[in-house]
Amino acid sequence: MIRLTAITRTFHMGDQAVYALNNINLHIASGEYVSIMGPSGSGKSTLLNIIGLLDKPDSGSYELDDRLITDLSETEQAQIRREKIGFVFQSFHLVPRLTAAENIELPLILSGMPSAQRQNLVNDALQAFELKERAHHRPAELSGGQRQRVAIARATIMHPSVILADEPTGNLDHQIGAEVMSLLENLHHTGTTLIVVTHDRELGSRAHRQIGMRDGKILTDQADDAH
Amino acid sequence: MTLTDTLQTSFKTVVSYRVRSLLIILAMALGVAAVVVLMALGDGARNYVINQFSSIGTNLLVVLPGRAETSGSFLGAVLGQTPRDLTLKDAQLLGRLPQVRRYAPLNVGAAELSAANRLREVSVLGSTANLIPIRHMKLAQGSFLAHGTERSAQIVLGAKIANEFFPRSQSIGQRVRLGDYRFLVSGVLASQGESMGFNTDEIVIIPIDYAQALFNTTSLFRILIEAKSHSEIESAKQAILATMRQSHDGEDDTTVITQDAILATFDRVLQALTLAVAGIAAISLIVAGILVMNVMLVSVNQRTSEIGLLKAIGATSTDIRRLFFAEAVWLSLAGAILGFLLGQFGSLMLRLAYPQLPAWAPAWASIAGILVALVTGVLASLIPASQAARLDAVKALGKK
Ligand SMILES: Nc1ncnc2c1ncn2[C@@H]1O[C@H](COP(=O)(O)OP(=O)(O)OP(=O)(O)O)[C@@H](O)[C@H]1O
Ligand SMILES: [Mg+2]
Repeated sequence: MIRLTAITRTFHMGDQAVYALNNINLHIASGEYVSIMGPSGSGKSTLLNIIGLLDKPDSGSYELDDRLITDLSETEQAQIRREKIGFVFQSFHLVPRLTAAENIELPLILSGMPSAQRQNLVNDALQAFELKERAHHRPAELSGGQRQRVAIARATIMHPSVILADEPTGNLDHQIGAEVMSLLENLHHTGTTLIVVTHDRELGSRAHRQIGMRDGKILTDQADDAH
Repeated sequence: MTLTDTLQTSFKTVVSYRVRSLLIILAMALGVAAVVVLMALGDGARNYVINQFSSIGTNLLVVLPGRAETSGSFLGAVLGQTPRDLTLKDAQLLGRLPQVRRYAPLNVGAAELSAANRLREVSVLGSTANLIPIRHMKLAQGSFLAHGTERSAQIVLGAKIANEFFPRSQSIGQRVRLGDYRFLVSGVLASQGESMGFNTDEIVIIPIDYAQALFNTTSLFRILIEAKSHSEIESAKQAILATMRQSHDGEDDTTVITQDAILATFDRVLQALTLAVAGIAAISLIVAGILVMNVMLVSVNQRTSEIGLLKAIGATSTDIRRLFFAEAVWLSLAGAILGFLLGQFGSLMLRLAYPQLPAWAPAWASIAGILVALVTGVLASLIPASQAARLDAVKALGKK
């Protein structure tokens, strides 16, 4: 469902060109659980941003569900982000002045869904992520784990086919991080494709397929048969 | 994103940035209020002056000796000719013109009035009975002709003078002395107070013949003429000028001023003044607009990572532009409405403080003030909104 062919992404710092992604070829099938690891600056986030349509490659082609993304208009890309992709970030990215419930509701509002219908879905999500009691709290009043649960609820409320998580446990302690990972893995069990960028070897090894990057290139790509 | 949701979301944002929003709303409101109050003040002053000036007569024309220098040649002045005087005969000629309803010759001067052991200097008008209706004066008692004809030695007293000289007794029928002449009081003017800088409560009116004798002159100061109708004012003016030219051997040495023309000039000047002042007030709205733009730009900057997030979860550039645009609409709308209310309140205070001033802002001025506020606010949001919409999602997300 995700097919990257000869993807290159270059950043220019003064006269210097930095190859964040250097001729990446990658195919990820629907329902896979993939972890991406590698040293800092190896291009992991850039890869995730391109898969998530937040960034555009300089060259190469990207097909998502057999559609050539590179040809789509800005509005069409926004629609795909809304309907097919869920982002989870290291720093949560919750809107500080909105409550947990309102943060979760945001993608539904953007999709133009009527209010009554939204409330049901938000209530279900609050229930599913054990946030009922925190529904009307603002992010500042929530713990790190709770914030990330709100972010995951928001990322999944539109039932996307791909979840992209960029170091989702980076700001959490080990135990809370493990809990958040198992929440994401539960989503994978329901058929969602899960792509996680992580520095943590132990967490990374839980994925069925582990990709190792360095200097904008994919060095290793191991499928774990045990799973 | 639906329109309702856009409006609702941006409304919540406006409410949650309370201090920032109140500041913008206040700046807008003060601008709108200034426009409304200054228009009320200007228009009130205009109406006040027009009313005052209208009240001195209807379809009034004033004939005075000499050529108004602004509209004629300077030949007379250059040749050292003095303009011919207006005479009672001229007045009678003009009175026979078909466009003229009535006329009153006028002499003005000052003399000493004495009676009942009192003595004071008074302004004296010499005229005929027609002066009273032409100048919209009212008599409280008696009449101009209570004792005989217009040629009898009789006098009409201003309200204040009657009260000063005869505080306890009936003024009518009393004898008074004005200069070297004795008069019988035939009427008392109703108190009208000051109008156009002329206080009719402190004058006396005597027949024109006595005034000319008193001031030792044969010429007239003015001839007041009331045209039969508003539409005949201009033709009356032409007829008067023609008549005077004929009687003055073809010389154009008379000036006719119409009340209508003076009213129109007053109206124009005061209207222009009002608009100028309101225009200056409107500049404060532009300042408010610049404030809105700055605050919105800061806000876009502060909310960069939020904008990045919105893009990541599927907001289009249009969604984001509309969200910021709607914020500006809410702020300007609130500012305009508050400003309108403040302006109305200010006008009310003006009317309470100066009851004779009809300080009502014209409806169009209020509407214009509100519209200018809305348009400035919305225009001011265009740049910040498109800046927000253009933000690069990845960079925006990376910003703390
Ligand atoms: N906006 C940018 N401008 C310039 N260079 C950039 C930009 N974004 C990324 N880079 C560069 O591209 C390379 C890859 O960056 P990327 O963020 O993908 O790394 P990463 O693997 O996610 O690292 P980390 O583990 O530290 O998050 C780095 O060398 C980085 O400096
Ligand atoms: Mg990264």
